[in-house]
Amino acid sequence: MSIAVLVDHTDGHVRSTSLELLTLARQLASTTGLPVHAVWTGADPQAEVVAAHGADALHVVRVEGADEHLTTSVVDGLQTVLTALGDVSLLLVASTFEGKEVAARLAVRTGAGVVTGASGVELADGHWTARKTVLAGTWDTACAAASSLAVVALAPHAVQAAPLAVPAETRLVEHAVQASAAARAVSVVSREPRPRSERPALAEAEVVVVGGRGVEGDFSGVEELADVLGAAVGATRVATDEGWIGHEAQVGQTGVTISPRLYVGAGVSGAVHHKGGMAAAQTIVAINNDPDAPIFEFADYGVVGDLTEVLPALTAALRARRG
Amino acid sequence: MRVVVCVKHVPDLQSARSLGEDGRLVRGGDDDTLNELDEDALEAGLRTAEAAGFGKDDGGEGHDVTVLTVGPAPAVEALRRGLAMGASTAVHVSDEALAGSDAIATARVLAAAVAKLHAEQPVDLVVAGMAALDGLTSLVPAALAEVLGWPQLTLADRIEVTDGLVTVRRETSTDVEVLTAPAPAVLSVTDQAFRARFPNFKGIVAARKKPVATWSLADLGVDPATVGSAGSATWVAQAAERPERSDRVLVTGDAETVPALVDYLSEKGFA
Ligand SMILES: Cc1cc2nc3c(=O)[nH]c(=O)nc-3n(C[C@H](O)[C@H](O)[C@H](O)COP(=O)(O)OP(=O)(O)OC[C@H]3O[C@@H](n4cnc5c(N)ncnc54)[C@H](O)[C@@H]3O)c2cc1C
Repeated sequence: MSIAVLVDHTDGHVRSTSLELLTLARQLASTTGLPVHAVWTGADPQAEVVAAHGADALHVVRVEGADEHLTTSVVDGLQTVLTALGDVSLLLVASTFEGKEVAARLAVRTGAGVVTGASGVELADGHWTARKTVLAGTWDTACAAASSLAVVALAPHAVQAAPLAVPAETRLVEHAVQASAAARAVSVVSREPRPRSERPALAEAEVVVVGGRGVEGDFSGVEELADVLGAAVGATRVATDEGWIGHEAQVGQTGVTISPRLYVGAGVSGAVHHKGGMAAAQTIVAINNDPDAPIFEFADYGVVGDLTEVLPALTAALRARRG
Repeated sequence: MRVVVCVKHVPDLQSARSLGEDGRLVRGGDDDTLNELDEDALEAGLRTAEAAGFGKDDGGEGHDVTVLTVGPAPAVEALRRGLAMGASTAVHVSDEALAGSDAIATARVLAAAVAKLHAEQPVDLVVAGMAALDGLTSLVPAALAEVLGWPQLTLADRIEVTDGLVTVRRETSTDVEVLTAPAPAVLSVTDQAFRARFPNFKGIVAARKKPVATWSLADLGVDPATVGSAGSATWVAQAAERPERSDRVLVTGDAETVPALVDYLSEKGFA
């Protein structure tokens, strides 16, 4: 048996969620004795980063005949490595839309059981079992896989990424495969990078400050607090629908699902659609002037107050503390 | 043009949802409803078919929008809603053996139904919502594409079909892409671009006369062992409602509350 990790990368850089996957794989390897195989689809692997996070082998697979970024191409590459290894019992992917689609196609091809949005994984009675919080944060479950391969899509920040003191001696293995017909059928007419902000990416950020309808069009208080906390800025659907901030900032069931270590919501009511996308945050702070706002039912720390007063005072106090 | 829209009947998000002893979502409540995100999928399907002539005065000859669901008897309500919004026909796959199917098993059944429809009259597009608001896995569209062996064009916010080529615009976490593939293709749509129309009275009345086909697994040639709990590769080993929190802090006031909040953040390692 062995453990495989799909290493996501953007512009040649490993995504932070993949470092978390590698860290979890190493933790599981230390208790089970299983080897860890990292899988990189496409060219130019960042081998030193993978080694620093302790993979035993790095499999680089080139997919020929289709755009290598397409989900189906990634699945073709991943399947090639899984077939070559023959003994992978756990595959870890990030629980993003892309990661879940990879998991779905692979599950159909291999009969694997899939658990998405997992907060942890363990081997129990010979079955990989993933913990997962469901129904907008109201139930905790453990889902086990009956199949010989389990695919677990791990939520961001479920584990904290930690490089080794001394990098592993990671073996490099190269593979190539012809893309499947379904991948070859799709062509990319255009692909433009989305404008990137200086702030951390929402889905991966450790701290997220979210503004809702209560900011009434002015995100500056939210942005300033975010900057002093080194946080990403998020928004409710109301704020994005109003055009106060771009749609990519939407947090919730139909926006980005986040699980940061700290969530701060200002002028956010905590509607169930929003809650579903952020209830997995480890610490939730809410600032809202309505004591009956639903967010206070699941916030760890609530301030019933006016955000136009609280946000600037909080930003100033944090700044003063940092000196 | 022939469009199939996959829809799901789910517990209302605002209702008190819970898991049963078997770890499965308790369904069948009075306020179960059509998954809101599938209304966007249906809207996308209707608009795309309308652009090709569906619903025109000549009856839109040759065009068809079918709503398809897999689920127990009450799931027919989701189809009725789809018919009221303007779909022309509906297919309900219902079979006792389906109980407990996970997303992948469900995708297999949807694929079998699409294949049967496709054999009767070629399907150009299968459109699904970006997620079902119960399980929230978003696994079904890609799994469905994989089973059918059709190209996937997911999370679209614009759709165009010309000369048998389907073109979509989509935003990934890093890029804005335009992708194209020959029909038939499987699409999913976000909730951004296809704000769903409300069924009007005429639509609701007309929906009562529109046909709903009910297919069993035998009608689809699907082996019951490949679906339901037996055909699902995962099971819920434990499920527990989260206990009420007792350590929550609630303070009232404006700027004067800030020092205590800073202390709290500092204890947690954020300040
Ligand atoms: C299919 C579907 C999908 C959806 N998906 C999402 C999603 O992914 N994400 C999402 O967020 N929403 C989503 N929604 C919308 C969701 O239902 C809510 O409408 C939305 O989350 C509410 O946003 P809000 O909290 O900003 O606004 P409101 O609910 O209007 O709350 C604003 C809050 O601000 C407070 N406030 C006002 N002024 C101040 C002030 N000066 N100081 C402090 N507090 C103040 C008010 O007391 C209020 O509680 C979806 C809806 C549908 C139908």
